[in-house]
Amino acid sequence: MNDFSGIPDHGLGWLEASGDHADIVLSTRVRLARNLQGHAFGPRARINDREAVLRRFKECTTRAESLKGGTLMELPGMPVRTRRILLERRLVTRDLLGDEEAGPARGTAVHLSGLQPVSVMVNEEDHLRVQSLVSGLRIEEAWRMVDRLDEELGRELPFAYHNTFGFLTSCPTNVGSGLRASVFMHLPGLVLTKEIGKVLQSLGQIGLTFRGLYGEGSEVVGNFFQVSNQTTLGKTEEDLVDHLDKMVRQVIQHELHARHVLLRDARGVTEDKIWRAYGLLRYARALSFEELMNLLSGVRLGLSLKLLPGLRVYTLNKMMIFTQPAHLEEAAGRDLPPAESDAHRAAYVRRILATEGDVSPDDVRSGEGEPSDGS
Amino acid sequence: MADMVCDNCGSTDAVVHLTQIVNNQMSTHNLCERCAAEKGLESAPEPVNFPLTDFLAQMGPDTPEEADQSGTQCSFCGLTFQDFRETGRLGCPHCYETFSPHLQRLLRRIHGGTQHVGKVYLPPDPSASDMERRLDGLRRKLHRAVESEDFERAAELRDEIRSLEPA
Repeated sequence: MNDFSGIPDHGLGWLEASGDHADIVLSTRVRLARNLQGHAFGPRARINDREAVLRRFKECTTRAESLKGGTLMELPGMPVRTRRILLERRLVTRDLLGDEEAGPARGTAVHLSGLQPVSVMVNEEDHLRVQSLVSGLRIEEAWRMVDRLDEELGRELPFAYHNTFGFLTSCPTNVGSGLRASVFMHLPGLVLTKEIGKVLQSLGQIGLTFRGLYGEGSEVVGNFFQVSNQTTLGKTEEDLVDHLDKMVRQVIQHELHARHVLLRDARGVTEDKIWRAYGLLRYARALSFEELMNLLSGVRLGLSLKLLPGLRVYTLNKMMIFTQPAHLEEAAGRDLPPAESDAHRAAYVRRILATEGDVSPDDVRSGEGEPSDGS
Repeated sequence: MADMVCDNCGSTDAVVHLTQIVNNQMSTHNLCERCAAEKGLESAPEPVNFPLTDFLAQMGPDTPEEADQSGTQCSFCGLTFQDFRETGRLGCPHCYETFSPHLQRLLRRIHGGTQHVGKVYLPPDPSASDMERRLDGLRRKLHRAVESEDFERAAELRDEIRSLEPA
C-alpha cells in the first residue's frame, strides 16, 4: 500500500503547532540508529542482507505494540512522486531514496505508525532508524516514544551491541546510544541582530551542532536551523536529551531577547519588513520555494510578535510543506516545470491566506507614530 | 541567482549581504569576501557537515601497533582499514572488534570517551550475564531518576527491575 490513507495524520502531525514555543520551535525529532547482528551495515550490505533485514522487521510489525495498525511502505516500485512526498514530509532521508538515476535500493522501506508519531526507516545507512517527529519543543516526550518502540523491537530482533561501544552503527559518529535528537528552530531575531554566528559557534563548544532544513549538508533557508547533539557515546540517553533541551531553551531566550531589541530599536523597519513579506505572499503570482521560505520567515516573526493578528502558526507550517515541488505536483495531478511550479506555489499561498490568514484591517496596528514600550 | 556586484570594489562576487539598522533606517550592502573581511565582517557560519573522512585523514600517523593494522581486513565483511579511512563507514558489527585499537583512539577524539553508559541492551534470548548487565543499567537509571526527583520515572524503572529480577 503506497498511499497515506492508513496513517491518521498522513505523517503530518508534527505541523500542528502544539508543544512548547511552537512559534519558534517547529518540531522535535529523536532517532535511534540500530543494526542487526549477522548482517553487513547499509553501505556494505548485499541484497540478501537487505532482504533479510526487511523480512525480520516485517515480522515485528505484527508483534510490537507501537507498530500495530501502521503502514509499511516499500520504496522500490513506489511512484517517484510519492517518494518525494515522503522526503518533503521529512519521513524519509535523501539517503533512503538512493540516487536519482538508480532509485532506492532493494529492501528500503519506511514504517509509519497508526497511533503515534513514530516511524522506522529500514535499510538506510543503518538497518533501522527508529524515530519520533513531534510538533514544538518536546524532546523528552519524543525520546520516551522512541525508547518504548526500541524496547519492543529489541525484544524481537538481535541488535548489534557491544559492552564497551554500545549499539554498533555504520558511522562511528553514531555509535553508543545511536541517539540523535534535533530541534528545528526559527531564529530570525538572532539573524537580524547579527547575533546568530556567536550563538551557533557557542553551540559547537558544548557538544551541539546545527544544520539546514533537510539535515546533514543542507542549506540554511529562511532563518530555520536544526540544532542537534554532536556526540552519542559516553553519555546516557537521558543526559543527551536533557542537555539539548536546556541549551535549546537558552537559545530561545536569546532569540526572544533579540526580538525585543528589534522592536525596541527598530520597530518601524521591522514592521515594514513583516508587512512587505505578508503583502508579497498575499498577492504574488510566482514564488520560488526559497523566496517563499524567506517571506514565511518574516510573516512568522510578525505572528510571534503579535503584529499579524488572525494568522495561526499551523497555517504557516502547512504552507512550508504543501508548497514543495512534489506536493504541488500531487495537487496539480501532473509534473510541473519550475516556472509553472512557482505559479502554482503562489496560487496555493494566496488561497490559504485568503481562507485562513486574512488579516482584517480592524486588527491591524498602524505602526505609525512612536515605537511602543514593547509591552 | 545572478552574480552580485560588490558595493566596495565592484567585483561580481559579492557573497556577504549586510542588512544594517541604524537609527531606525535599514540599509543593505553587498560585499565580496575580501572587502567584507577588511570591514571585519564574517558571513554567518555555514552548517557543519561533519567531515569524518577529512578528520580521519588528519588524525596523524598511526602508532606502531595501528600501523600493523592498516592492512587488516574484517573476516566477516572483508572491509580493510584503508576502506574505512576512505569512506568513514564501518562494514559490519565485527569491524568494531577487528579495528578496535584504532577505533578506541578515534572514538575518544569524536565523542570524548569510549565507554557506552546508556541503555543496556537485552537480547531476545538473554543469558544470565546479559540480565545482570541490564539490571545494573536499570539500577543506575533508577538512582538518577530518584536524584532528579522524577518519581514517576523512578516507579516505572522499579517495576521494570522487579520484573527482571530472579524470583
